[in-house]
Amino acid sequence: MMKIEATFFALYRERVGKRKHTVQLPENSTVSEFVSQIRQQFPLMAPPEVNIVVAVNAEYADPGDLLHEGDDVCLIPPVSGG
Amino acid sequence: MIQLTLDPLNPEEITTGMRSNANGAVVTFLGTTRDSFEGKKVLRLEYEAYEDMAIKKLEEVRQEIQDEFTLEDISICHRIGLVEIGEISLVVVVASPHRKEAFLACQKIVDRVKEIVPIWKKEVFEGGSHWVSCEDHEFETPTSQHSV
Repeated sequence: MMKIEATFFALYRERVGKRKHTVQLPENSTVSEFVSQIRQQFPLMAPPEVNIVVAVNAEYADPGDLLHEGDDVCLIPPVSGG
Repeated sequence: MIQLTLDPLNPEEITTGMRSNANGAVVTFLGTTRDSFEGKKVLRLEYEAYEDMAIKKLEEVRQEIQDEFTLEDISICHRIGLVEIGEISLVVVVASPHRKEAFLACQKIVDRVKEIVPIWKKEVFEGGSHWVSCEDHEFETPTSQHSV
């Protein structure tokens, strides 16, 4: 198993009630599997029908990307800068 | 110049820093905070950023537009934290030998910033607040979760 520290921003941070949360995942888990576990633990973070965007090490990630212990994994709600 | 700051932005200073004899045009865009949302009075705005990635993405936008147009220089400065109504949240300055490219590039930079840079805007109004652009995240049940 590996430990991944998730960071939540903005809407997700407020709904989850904290900025950081550690999840345990099997080695070679994907971004998509990480999102499934987050959705399970925090069902009120986002409705099931919306896509959840993830950034790994400060870059947008694809659902099939593999995660590694120590990765900086962030949950990115729809952005609205400007 | 790329900047992410909690402090008020100074567009005159940023623009002056971009002047050079090689330019025939300097275009400055100011994004300012609006006082209404669907008829409700907005009291203030709160910006949050994933700072490391936001700086990286702002730099990426700068590079992308610099490569696409023939430009001398680009500055993108975004304010975060609490921003009062009427204040400046975004300054984009484009310096170019020719005005056409400067106008086009400036508009494209603002569009790209809004698309890919991980910065979030919360409008706080009387009796509530909401995160802008998160409408698709509302739950459709009576126990709706609002970001109040």
